[in-house]
Amino acid sequence: MLDLKEITKTFGRVRALKGVSITVDVGEVVGLVGENGAGKSTLMKVLNGIHQPDSGTVEINGKTETLRGPRDAAAKGIGMVFQEQSLIANISVAENIFIGNEAQFVRFGRIDWKAMGEAAKRQLDKVGLDVDPRTITSELSFMQRQMVELAKVLTLEEAVDGNLCILLDEPTSVLEQAEIDILFGVIRKLRERAGIIFISHRLDEVIEISDTIYVMKDGAVVERMMKADATPERIHHLMVGREATGSYYKQDERRPPAEAIALSVQNVSRALQFSEISFDVHDGEVLALVGTEGAGSEPLIRSFFGLERTHLGKIVYRGEDITNTSPGRAVAAGIGYVPRERKIEGIVEEMSVQENICLPLGGRLTRFGLFDFPAIARKTAGLIAKLRIKTPDGSTLCANLSGGNQQKVVLSKWYRTDARLFLLDHPTRGLDVGAKEDVYALIREMCAAGAAVVLIADTLEEALGLAHTVIVLKDGRQTARFDNTGPTPVTPLDLIAHMV
Amino acid sequence: MKSMKSRWASAIPLFVLIGLCVAIAVLDPKFLSLGNIGRIAAAASAPLVLALGATFIILMGSIDLSVEGAMAFAGAVLAAFVANASGTGFDIGLAAIPIALLAAAAFGCFIGMVHVYLKVPSFMASLGMGFVGIGIATVLLGGERVGILDQNVRALALTRVLGLPLSVYVSLFMLAVAWFIQDHTRIGRHIMALGGGEDLAAASGINVRRVRLLAFTIAGMFFGVGAVLTSARLGASSALLGSGQLFTAISAVVVGGTALTGGKGGVLQTVIGVLIVIVLNNGMIILGLPSFVQQGVLGLAIILAVLLNSSGRSLAIVK
Repeated sequence: MLDLKEITKTFGRVRALKGVSITVDVGEVVGLVGENGAGKSTLMKVLNGIHQPDSGTVEINGKTETLRGPRDAAAKGIGMVFQEQSLIANISVAENIFIGNEAQFVRFGRIDWKAMGEAAKRQLDKVGLDVDPRTITSELSFMQRQMVELAKVLTLEEAVDGNLCILLDEPTSVLEQAEIDILFGVIRKLRERAGIIFISHRLDEVIEISDTIYVMKDGAVVERMMKADATPERIHHLMVGREATGSYYKQDERRPPAEAIALSVQNVSRALQFSEISFDVHDGEVLALVGTEGAGSEPLIRSFFGLERTHLGKIVYRGEDITNTSPGRAVAAGIGYVPRERKIEGIVEEMSVQENICLPLGGRLTRFGLFDFPAIARKTAGLIAKLRIKTPDGSTLCANLSGGNQQKVVLSKWYRTDARLFLLDHPTRGLDVGAKEDVYALIREMCAAGAAVVLIADTLEEALGLAHTVIVLKDGRQTARFDNTGPTPVTPLDLIAHMV
Repeated sequence: MKSMKSRWASAIPLFVLIGLCVAIAVLDPKFLSLGNIGRIAAAASAPLVLALGATFIILMGSIDLSVEGAMAFAGAVLAAFVANASGTGFDIGLAAIPIALLAAAAFGCFIGMVHVYLKVPSFMASLGMGFVGIGIATVLLGGERVGILDQNVRALALTRVLGLPLSVYVSLFMLAVAWFIQDHTRIGRHIMALGGGEDLAAASGINVRRVRLLAFTIAGMFFGVGAVLTSARLGASSALLGSGQLFTAISAVVVGGTALTGGKGGVLQTVIGVLIVIVLNNGMIILGLPSFVQQGVLGLAIILAVLLNSSGRSLAIVK
């Protein structure tokens, strides 16, 4: 039903798509996998009419079509469920479902709310979601919003005569297993009159739901395989172009820490967030903070960088009292912070890669009060190569980079300052396998260079894979401390016992 | 839980209004006399209509600073089409009012075009065009204050029904119109959606430019109504017709609880906001405070309102 032929797209000097061909039939679920920056998102935007391809054709039901925008794509039967949710929080569920298509409910200029509510209810029934369509969207849970998103796309069933093609961009990344099962049930039912493109980083899920799997790498399809031939290892190998090694977390590179204490946290408390936390981090040590959402590790790590105030206790960095410091003083003292919200706190999208890397350096790269750009370029080129940041050159704007590469820019920013203490808040969140491994390698290198690392990992496995020491927090209190270098390995279950 | 909390938060302006009325009434019972309440209603009519227009723009997360310029322009057009003191107008009687409103709507539409097509931020487009409006009005009126003699136009301020001037009923009608636009039409809902997330609205296929253009046009029309009411009350039109109204209108919207970031609030909140501002003014006059104190108190009130409105949200950076 959908036939993409040799689609190419270039942004500036980044070749995002290099001749991609994909076919989707009705009744077929096509899985699309690839690392960050492989071109999946760009391809989706082409299909949604947001980007126009430089060359190549889009055929829908055998007819060559030009997609002029999301509406036009929808009118031609292509619906999209976005990775970043596309619902507007301050309006009702019913309005979100029919946004842009309210005309059918308008009588003499007035919206017939009752008719719209009933129609919305019918859409919500399709995905088995029982909420009042008049509910303001911000009051729904994440899962419910994802379902509303799907219900919104399913309005195409009534609006379009021909077959549909539905794109699901990482629909499962925020869902629990039970919710994923519901979603998969809906997808399977949809196949009767739709072709589906399913994008996910979770390879086992892709294999479970898909009939055909396309693997993308560097803007091209490197392999098309049937479900029967697919294994996570094979796909992973094709995605990153190298074997997923057993030593994923580079544990053989974990060295014992030095004697010197880099950071000493002494009985620090912050009202309502954490209380009486104490630990030491040594040079060359990775200390992981684990706990359930809201257990207090995020505000705690932010307090070391002066982003949150503490009310009691003392924080000492290499003999110097840094309690309630400011980010500026923390940087000057040699502390680097990689925030969880990459787009908000990590990088300045409108600045180039090299400018971002040099942000915390400030005065150290100037000559006679002016920025010494040749020196900046020289110094950053090495880092770009070392971290394998995929960018045409150092002067490319960060906004043009994929998520994984942006995160590498954030990391290299602190690497460059020769920071001696790294505070990493979910450094691998949203990254694909290859980019994660690069981050892990970098953490090992930081330690080898004598720096200390405080980490909030994305998963318990990651925390245990990387850390020398694990501190467990529960409701803002320290409930356990594990030495992770002993002869008997600590397991996630050991941690969970102290988390809940 | 959350919705309960936000419902309470949105009721704060109402409590402030009630508290204000009680406080002033205790200090001086004259405040509650029928005559004074009528005065408040009359004084609130033009500011309400102006603030309603501004509400639509602020709901989108933009701002319209053209209030005074749009009023001057519409007032000048009105003066040109009724019997006026300089004897130069084409006297077409009441038909001048729709012409003035159309002119104001066109003026708003033009601001929208500058904002949308030339990609000028709304505050700059409206501020700049506002001065253009004052300039045009100055030229049209020959730089003078021109008396409006048409008795039908003046009746808006002078004729009383049930003790209240017609302008009060006009402003209530405009409130109904604004509420209908906001809650029951596509353009109203799309304005709300833009305030909630413009990128998302665009990705859903909403023609964002058209919504912005229409919103500025609607706002312009409301400013036109405000200009007609003000001219009728003053019995004259001049380039300074709207003097001081910009600050009153914007502060009323914000004090009422419509967020400057857009997407939150609405025309009913604006009614409360206008009443707070007018009652505050009226009360200070009754209590005999000097006018510069009144200005200062209003200025502080608007900042306080923004603070109250943004509490609970942890915005790290404000531009």
